[in-house]
Amino acid sequence: MAKITLEINGEPKVAEVDPTTPLLWVLRENFGLTGTKFGCGIAQCGACTVILEGNAVRSCVTPIARAEGKRVTTIEGLSKDRGHPLQQAWLAEQVPQCGYCQSGQMMSTVVLLNTIPEPTDADIDDGLAGNICRCGTYLRIRRAVHLAAKLMKEEKPK
Amino acid sequence: MNAGFLKQRGILLAGSGLVAAGIAIAVIVWLSRKEPQNVPPGAPPTDSEKSIQAFQAVATVFSSPRCANCHIPGESPLQGEDSHPHAMNVKRGKDGRGTPAMRCTNCHQETSSLVLHAPPGAPDWRLPPPERPMVWRGFSPGEMARMLKDRTKNGDRGLAELIEHVTTDKLVTSCWNPGPGRPLPPLSHQEFVAKFTEWVNSGAVCPE
Repeated sequence: MAKITLEINGEPKVAEVDPTTPLLWVLRENFGLTGTKFGCGIAQCGACTVILEGNAVRSCVTPIARAEGKRVTTIEGLSKDRGHPLQQAWLAEQVPQCGYCQSGQMMSTVVLLNTIPEPTDADIDDGLAGNICRCGTYLRIRRAVHLAAKLMKEEKPK
Repeated sequence: MNAGFLKQRGILLAGSGLVAAGIAIAVIVWLSRKEPQNVPPGAPPTDSEKSIQAFQAVATVFSSPRCANCHIPGESPLQGEDSHPHAMNVKRGKDGRGTPAMRCTNCHQETSSLVLHAPPGAPDWRLPPPERPMVWRGFSPGEMARMLKDRTKNGDRGLAELIEHVTTDKLVTSCWNPGPGRPLPPLSHQEFVAKFTEWVNSGAVCPE
């Protein structure tokens, strides 16, 4: 066991866990952040995607030791009132069907839009290719990403 | 002209022919000798046959999926023993570390996972950068050797630095610790380094 200190959604946290414990387990079991989902457990589906220091990591295979002293953002950290442009876009486009993969889709999209604020369809397809949706909502996801990009651009102070 | 004179002239002509043939063979051998390329001053003497044999062994490792799946032409890495395209449409990206939301280290950790089918790992998992992709896949041992010795393509490394690289670089050594279900390269890492060093020390001769 080790004491791992990290920042989750802007708040300092300490986890007393085995340093090889997957970040996903710590988020869900230690801190009750169940918006991040367990899908495959081998970094093949993207359902567990969270943002670690600006990167869309797969938390099911990321040992908590890698997050020591670092910043983690989960779906709960986007906003407290569904006011984040991504959440607004996802609602407007009625993206989810079962919804299980959507937090991962959204966290990957945050990273994509931070890097490419006005992505093309190809940028979106490349950026989200590691997030699988068994309901097949890809076209709605793509529309929502374009809308989110537009909303984020409008939000930016001129 | 008597018979004795003719016989003597015949012997002389035959002798001259043999000398000419000998010179011609010597010239051909000299022209076709295998010179080491870019061998720095003070390098050990060349032993072409030994050097080429050593590199042929080295090339079997470079050609194995553990190495060649990422030393690829084009932009898309491969995976598995059959070297099929990497799942998720993964791409090399501008720095060899993937595209913005699909960085290699989003999934590949600093060590290989112990879970079957989970990603192999090493610190700073990446492909060669696009400006010097160091392609092994589909290339002959000679092409690999020439590329390896070309400082404009190998990250500006000399031969001693290449030995250091294959001996200690954690991304290289991770090929021998790829996680469950992935066969190792055909030589052990120790044998690989020994053959690589033998290649360099015998003149770093490139196979044809």
